[in-house]
Amino acid sequence: MRASVIVFPGSNCDRDAAVALESVTGAAPRMVWHGDSDLPRSDLIVLPGGFSYGDYLRSGAMAARAPIMRAVVEAARKGAAILGICNGFQILTETGLLPGVLMRNASLKFVCKDVHVRLESTATAVTSALSVGQVLTLPIAHKDGNYFADEETLDRLEGEGQIAFRYCEADGAATWAANPNGSLRNIAGIHDTSGRVVGMMPHPERAADLLLGSIDGRSLFESAVASLH
Amino acid sequence: MKARVTVTLRNGVLDPQGKAIANALAALGIAGVDDVRQGKFIEVSIAETDPARARDVVERMCRELLANPVIENYRYELEGA
Repeated sequence: MRASVIVFPGSNCDRDAAVALESVTGAAPRMVWHGDSDLPRSDLIVLPGGFSYGDYLRSGAMAARAPIMRAVVEAARKGAAILGICNGFQILTETGLLPGVLMRNASLKFVCKDVHVRLESTATAVTSALSVGQVLTLPIAHKDGNYFADEETLDRLEGEGQIAFRYCEADGAATWAANPNGSLRNIAGIHDTSGRVVGMMPHPERAADLLLGSIDGRSLFESAVASLH
Repeated sequence: MKARVTVTLRNGVLDPQGKAIANALAALGIAGVDDVRQGKFIEVSIAETDPARARDVVERMCRELLANPVIENYRYELEGA
């Protein structure tokens, strides 16, 4: 699996993503600068977490218009898998590759903690090796993670099975108490209709090594390798 | 020419920041506040001097970057038009 990680000014999980990818693929991913317009041929493109362009205007708004994003959109159209993590998810909604928007957390606070998420869809490269209903423990660290879309869009996401992850209790129940940011319908991650473009607020790359306390996130990268090799 | 762009949250979109401001106003003893909605004000200086063409330019700015149509509305006025 050939992987690339896009690096924006203000990205801060790009190296974590690279380490996680290398640990499952055995090869260092290509690190691609936001100002480049060419993307190396990639099976998986990761848009990492962080604060691209200082979150100016809206989280992800500037990055979505960076030169490299035209190549990312084109690669997605041609069949590459795209994984947007945290700020990467915000960038994907700003480009229009995914519907909805990540608004300020309902609490107005930056939330940094481990949460439980329930896997809802195996229609993507990063989730195909997992099972629906499986509960993962992954860290979140964001202030703008409150997923919003109109009712019609939410119903369509549910109907088409495009919700990838929901915040839940340890037993898998998607309760309001388990919702860390006010996201509608406890949405923690979604994918597009093709399953190629995935956005999620939790950080699998921060739970990909036992030294970090959990390897629940590693299963997503292993899944990608299994389906994209 | 200057464009003064106001970006506001669409009706029905929750505005926790506006709510926090309303609570702070109440804490200051300023009564009678029914609701607060927070938005953005952006001032753009543009070279275009023809009002019709300036509107086209500002419309495009708003649609493609300044506002996110999923949650925001925009309006603007041109100074010197």
